[in-house]
Amino acid sequence: MTTYALFLGCTIPARQPHYELSARKALTKLGIELVDLDHMTCCAPPPLQSIDLETSLAIAAHNICIAEEADLNIVTLCTGCFESLAMANAILKENEKLRMRVNKILSSVGKEFKGNKEVRHYLQVLMNDVGLKQLEKSVVKKLNKLKVASFSGCHLLRPSALLKFDDPERPKIFDNLIEALGAKSIWYRNKLKCCGGLLRGYADDVALAIAKDKIVNATKAGADCISTLCPFCFLTLDLGQMLIKSTFKEEYNMPIIHYSELLSLSLGIEPKELALDFHKVKVDSVLNKIA
Amino acid sequence: MAQEKASPRNFSKEITSRLGGETITFCYQCGTCASSCPVAKITEKFNPREVIRLALLGMRDEVLSGDAIWLCSSCYNCQERCPQKVEIADVIYALRNIAIREGHIPNIYSEFAAGLMSEGRIVPISKFLEKKRPEYGLPPLKPAGVDAIRKILSATGFDKIQFKKGETP
Repeated sequence: MTTYALFLGCTIPARQPHYELSARKALTKLGIELVDLDHMTCCAPPPLQSIDLETSLAIAAHNICIAEEADLNIVTLCTGCFESLAMANAILKENEKLRMRVNKILSSVGKEFKGNKEVRHYLQVLMNDVGLKQLEKSVVKKLNKLKVASFSGCHLLRPSALLKFDDPERPKIFDNLIEALGAKSIWYRNKLKCCGGLLRGYADDVALAIAKDKIVNATKAGADCISTLCPFCFLTLDLGQMLIKSTFKEEYNMPIIHYSELLSLSLGIEPKELALDFHKVKVDSVLNKIA
Repeated sequence: MAQEKASPRNFSKEITSRLGGETITFCYQCGTCASSCPVAKITEKFNPREVIRLALLGMRDEVLSGDAIWLCSSCYNCQERCPQKVEIADVIYALRNIAIREGHIPNIYSEFAAGLMSEGRIVPISKFLEKKRPEYGLPPLKPAGVDAIRKILSATGFDKIQFKKGETP
C-alpha cells in the first residue's frame, strides 16, 4: 500500500466536503493510504504570493517540513495547493541561496527544509501508483454515455518549468484518466484557458465574464458536464452559473463535477454517499447517464 | 511624475532586486503575453505588456497605485509563452509586493491576511461545517499550525504590513 500525507488546504474543508469525501473514498478504494498530519496550514497560494513572495515560500516550506518529518510524500487535491507546494519544493531544492534564506526564517519555528520529499497532485498518484490499466480494471460502472469537458485549471500545468506535470499546451494526462472511466473527453474552445477565479473579490465582473466564456464553450461543444480538479475553478463555474443567471439572464445548467466524484461513481460508490447536495447546479443529468 | 520619468533605471533596479522581479528587463515588447492573456481579452484595463513597459519607463507611481497590477489572474499563460523568458506572472507578484508595502492594498487582500493571521488559513472554516464532518463520514480536521504561521509572519516582517482593519472574515 502506498501512503501519502494528505494536504487539504483551506477551500476544500471550508466549502467542499463533497470533494474531500469523493477523493478520500476513491483513493482509499484504489489502495492509497491517506494520513492527516497536525499543523498543516494554508499552502500560500497567489493571494499570499501577491502580498509577499518570501513569506509565501516560507509558509509552503513549513508545510513540506511537516511531511518531511513524518517521512511521507504529500498528495494534494486542490490544484492551487499543488502549485504552491510543488513550486516551492522545486525552487528550494534547486536554489541554495533561497533555501538558506527560507531556512533562516524557518529556524524561528524549529524547522529546516531538507528537500527529500515530493509533492504530487492526486492525478499523478492515479497515473503512477495505481496506473491506467489497474484503474480501468477497477471501474465497475463505465461512464460510456458521458461526454466530459475536462478542465484542469491553470495551476496543474503552469508554470510547467517548475511543476513538470504535463505538456502545458497539449496535456493528455487528465483526459486519459477521464477516458479510463469509459467516458469521452471532448475538445472545446479555449479549454486550457483560465476560469478567472482568482479575480473574484477584486474584479467580480471580469471574473464572471471569463467564467461565462468557459461555460458557453463547453455547452457549444456538447458536453454533459465540466470536470474540475480545483475547488476554486469549481466554485467559479458552479456558483458562477447562479451569478450568470442573475447578471446576464442566461441559464446554462451545465453540471460541474470534480473528477474524484466521477471516479467514485465509476468505482461503484453510491451517489448518496457523496454529499452531492453541495452542487449548486444539480448533477442529476449526469447521474442518469451513469445508472 | 517628471522626476519619476528621469530615473527609469532606479525602478527597474528596484524590481529586479526583488524576489519574482528578476527577469523584467529581458522584455522586448513583442506582445505574446497580451495575446495569451484571458483578462486582456475581456477588459482594456489590463495588458501585461503595457504594465511591463510602464515599469521599465520608470512610471513608478502609475504602476503601483493603478488598477492594472491587481487584474492579473495568475494563470501563467504569458509566462509559459514568453520568448524572452520574462517570468511575467512573478514580475506582477513583485510589483504587488512593493505596492502592498506602500499601502496600496485592495480590501480582499486585507481579508486574506486577517484569515491567515487568526486561523492559519486564508479561507477560514466555519464551526458549523466542522461539526458536520462526522455526518458526512469525514475524519475530524487536524489543527492548523497557527502559532508557527504567526512566528513566520513576524520573522519576515509580514505582520508589520498596515492592512486595513475590518471584520475578520
